[in-house]
Amino acid sequence: MNNSVNEKQLIIEDLKIDYKTDDQTVHAVTGLSISMEKGECLGLVGETGAGKTTTALAILRLLPKPQGRILSGSIIFNGIDLQAIGDAAMREIRGKCISMIFQDPMTSLNPILPVGEQISEVIRLHEKCSKKKAMEKAVQMMEMVGIPGDRSDEYPHQFSGGMKQRIVIAIALACSPELLIADEPTTALDVTIQAQILEMMRNLKRDMGTSTILITHDLGVVAEMCDHVAIVYAGCIMEYGTLADIYKNPLHPYTIGLFGSIPDLNSDVNRLKPIPGMVPDPAKLPPGCPFENRCDRKKEICKNVKPELKTIDGIHSVRCHCLEENV
Amino acid sequence: MENLLAVEGLKKYFKTPRGTLHAVDDVSFTIEEGKTLGIVGESGCGKSTLGRTIVQLLDPTEGKILFEGQDVTHLKSKDMREYRSKSQMIFQDPFSSLNPRMTVFEDIAEPLKNGGMHMDSREIRNRVEELMDTVGLALRFSDSYPHELDGGRRQRIGIARALALNPKFIVCDEPVSALDVSIQAQILNLMMDLQDSKRISYMFITHNLSVVKHISDDIGVMYLGKIVEKCEKKELFKRQYHPYTQALLSAIPTINIDQLHKRIILKGEITSPIDPKPGCRFASRCLYADERCFSEEPELKEYAPNHFVACHHAGNYNN
Repeated sequence: MNNSVNEKQLIIEDLKIDYKTDDQTVHAVTGLSISMEKGECLGLVGETGAGKTTTALAILRLLPKPQGRILSGSIIFNGIDLQAIGDAAMREIRGKCISMIFQDPMTSLNPILPVGEQISEVIRLHEKCSKKKAMEKAVQMMEMVGIPGDRSDEYPHQFSGGMKQRIVIAIALACSPELLIADEPTTALDVTIQAQILEMMRNLKRDMGTSTILITHDLGVVAEMCDHVAIVYAGCIMEYGTLADIYKNPLHPYTIGLFGSIPDLNSDVNRLKPIPGMVPDPAKLPPGCPFENRCDRKKEICKNVKPELKTIDGIHSVRCHCLEENV
Repeated sequence: MENLLAVEGLKKYFKTPRGTLHAVDDVSFTIEEGKTLGIVGESGCGKSTLGRTIVQLLDPTEGKILFEGQDVTHLKSKDMREYRSKSQMIFQDPFSSLNPRMTVFEDIAEPLKNGGMHMDSREIRNRVEELMDTVGLALRFSDSYPHELDGGRRQRIGIARALALNPKFIVCDEPVSALDVSIQAQILNLMMDLQDSKRISYMFITHNLSVVKHISDDIGVMYLGKIVEKCEKKELFKRQYHPYTQALLSAIPTINIDQLHKRIILKGEITSPIDPKPGCRFASRCLYADERCFSEEPELKEYAPNHFVACHHAGNYNN
């Protein structure tokens, strides 16, 4: 393997994933490519059904079987092809090198196990150590995420939503993973609690150098956390760039539409500019650009030819026919 | 302008095995005709209970709800039916607030049949089609079932149902929280257009401050069953006197990446509303709390013209 590949921590190339059900095939991911460096925080932004969570599950090989199938593409983590290795090797990576925070803290904990045990379970599995040692570390982890260690023998229902999410984060970070995938980590929480959790994640990233993929639909959260941003729509990246590229110079009509849809606290607008129409049915994707039916700049070519992701400036790249002449 | 709705000293307590839960505790406000009052607060602060009590889905423990000057808390069933046709509610979750076995047409026709309008079936069909048109639902969906539609369209059904009897007042309980941003903007625009054309008053309950800023005329901030700060929208975003409002506003992630401001990170979480201790309910999380805050409950007082705050120290610390 050449050196340029090794510098990158995670490379996903042209990933395609289908979900097959009895009467239809849903194209959840349709050619998604990502590359991430160590210590980077990448924001995956998109609406419901854009394929963000499916991508995350594919990285961890947790796609629902037998419906979810990777059709093509590769996922390379630290030079290892995650699809080529065996189940045992994948278990080694999962939780230790890559771990995931799920959206809903209410359902991602085991209700009949004390939280301390749920944290120490991960530690015992990946680090050969005694039960007592693992428990000690679990208590440390709880303190680190701001929960008193003496609550380690309490059950999930005894904690509030924000605290449960902290415990989920403690589990995810217990083995100091190199890559953390956070799937809407604060969506279920109130803003003041969200601010606490985001502050904590920022500090952890700074202290432990963990790379993060943050999956969210909240552009405000991305602005606070991420270095790079990928705007995902109908299973592929529409626009990718640094935070400044996307927020100061959005080029894709969909990105522009997303920003127009959000009421901004700092400016007064009387009417929002929503994106007309709906996301196309992922079971019946059009042959051309998936955003064509909602786009105000569409041309004849958009209907039949899916545009490529083209680099505009530095890493800023956009998937749109209309920009090709302008640039 | 005349007040359409005036709420005075409203209380709603629930009895629980562990004590009395003070969900709404001595709340007063007014809403003018054609205006929107936004109620913001975190989960568990009593904002939904407040909304449900006002439309009389719950009986208040104490206090008055004056609608067009008439107290509606102890109405007889006939008058109650009339009140219900004038005050409607849009619910948060369009996935669970619709009957899965009713088509879109049946869903929207239901309030017309039950609301005492005495319409024949042709009138009902015309009215349903008119309503579907108003809320932007294509007529081809009239025989669809809710599960066949996406969240935005389902919320449009909820709005059409609420509009069916020409209400003057609608309580909107987190109507856009379950929707994607691009759909959220469509629904917010629709609701504002309806207000302009039909002069409906809204009470808009949400935890999303950007949304509430967009749609409201006045805003009330709730914390543990109490309104802690209330004023005109622009005023609230210009200066906040209550430390909770300050923290809440500073906690909102902003999309303006040049203006990443200093956050006030609150310690701890919302305390229990069951048998609350005397004193200010925010005291245990407040940066400025002193002895007085733990013993004496602050009243909602007018600190600046039309700007009400419930805090002993309002205005005495740097904003």
